[in-house]
Amino acid sequence: MGTTPFDAGTYVDAAAAAIDLPIAPEHRPGVILNLERLAAMAQLVMAFPLAKETAPAPVFRA
Amino acid sequence: MIGAGSDAVDIAAAVSAGRVSARAVTDAALDRIAAGNQRLNAFTAVTAERARKAAAAIDAKRARGEALGLLAGVPYAVKNLFDIAGVTTLAGAKIEAGKAPAAADAAAVRRLDAAGAVLVGALNMDEYAYGFTTENAHYGPTRNPHDVLRSAGGSSGGCGAAVAGGLVPLSVGTDTNGSIRVPASLCGIFGLKPTYGRLDRAGAMAFVDSLDHVGPFARSVRDLALCYDALQGGTTAPIEPTAPRLGDGVAGLRVAVADGYFAPAGAEEAQDAVALVARVLGATRRVELPESARARAAAFVISAAEGANLHLPDLRRRAADFDPATRDRFLAGALVPAAWLLQAQRFRRWYRAQVLEVFASTDVILAPATPCAAPRLGQETIALEGKEIALRPNLGLFTQPLSFIGLPVVVVPVQRDGALPIGVQIIAAPWCEAMALRVAAALEDAGAVSAGLAG
Repeated sequence: MGTTPFDAGTYVDAAAAAIDLPIAPEHRPGVILNLERLAAMAQLVMAFPLAKETAPAPVFRA
Repeated sequence: MIGAGSDAVDIAAAVSAGRVSARAVTDAALDRIAAGNQRLNAFTAVTAERARKAAAAIDAKRARGEALGLLAGVPYAVKNLFDIAGVTTLAGAKIEAGKAPAAADAAAVRRLDAAGAVLVGALNMDEYAYGFTTENAHYGPTRNPHDVLRSAGGSSGGCGAAVAGGLVPLSVGTDTNGSIRVPASLCGIFGLKPTYGRLDRAGAMAFVDSLDHVGPFARSVRDLALCYDALQGGTTAPIEPTAPRLGDGVAGLRVAVADGYFAPAGAEEAQDAVALVARVLGATRRVELPESARARAAAFVISAAEGANLHLPDLRRRAADFDPATRDRFLAGALVPAAWLLQAQRFRRWYRAQVLEVFASTDVILAPATPCAAPRLGQETIALEGKEIALRPNLGLFTQPLSFIGLPVVVVPVQRDGALPIGVQIIAAPWCEAMALRVAAALEDAGAVSAGLAG
């Protein structure tokens, strides 16, 4: 993710506080692992340039 | 003679002609479930009383000389995220077990009942549909009828096992990232994930609203089509019956095999199944669906974020009550930054445009349904492209990019001597379910694909 290394642990603690989601100490390592997996997936998506005209498709209609 | 191996079309014909009563068919199905479910753990609830009442009503209707529905007397069951009046909707979760029973039936149940089908119960699944193996910590793993030490797939694992194991001829599940197509492949039966928005999801607990689809499982293409036809209606999508056109054949259809992302090294059994189907259809052309790895990644992010948000109140109050297999993924999903989610949704539009361009010169695309046949319960990894990778998320490797843009897909089962069955995806352009079903019917007629009883 760019030049700044992504510290999933720090992010999990801060983001959980922001949305008032308590994370039990015994769940925290698993949450960090899964956030890292999500970050790797998201990196693939974020690295792809999209034109400004490419609107979101929250309700997809074929 | 109507028995465990009879398909829905034969049962309905026999009931309508009075050769067998709906009550006898229902009792036989309930007996098979009582005898066989312990082995498979497919059902989490059996609605025996309701089924007998419905069957008696059908027999009475016939006795009065009234016309019966197209699915008269056909037993079926639904994934336990569909509301059944009087039954608590579990969605595979312990958290839901304490909730009040559903007040009314889900739309899918209402429609199949209206066609004369008889609901016999609710089927096991991964918690909140977030999984591909139905190894449910609360309700136990559903077992594959071909080998009970193996997974039936998921998240609609009970749907796959109940149909493949001959407990019912029809079931209805949901597919967000592959949850109909993965169990259909691993259980060796037919499954249909229609176009996004085609079937009514009312009364089906959501997992990811952006990606959720309802669809049927069956052991014959004509049953799959008939069930799908009965499920249509109640949405803005047009009602387009497919059963009457199944025999139209595949002459002139432009069929191609998905290349690149859908043909990685190490998925040979899946590739062999695709090659067999391609040969029978005379398909030699290969097409690329560009950036499918990114499409899969985007679906992964959207699923985590939307799925988690839906359960945020429970994640806050009682995270420990979630299945360990879903809990940490939901907790992480709840923390997904807006930029990731929105970019994933915007990428969806880009990918859809690219794939629609492929459909300008192609009618049907073939791809593997799963990278491997049914894995062992508890199996953690598979080998793909020379690497050991996590099994559970990667069972959806080939299904996830397609549901991401809502394409209709029929999974057809390839049976292999001395080996477990494996499925192939028949992918059509949006709203072209009829075409995918026609191709499946042609393959079934040619003897290339079939779904006999397992176990």
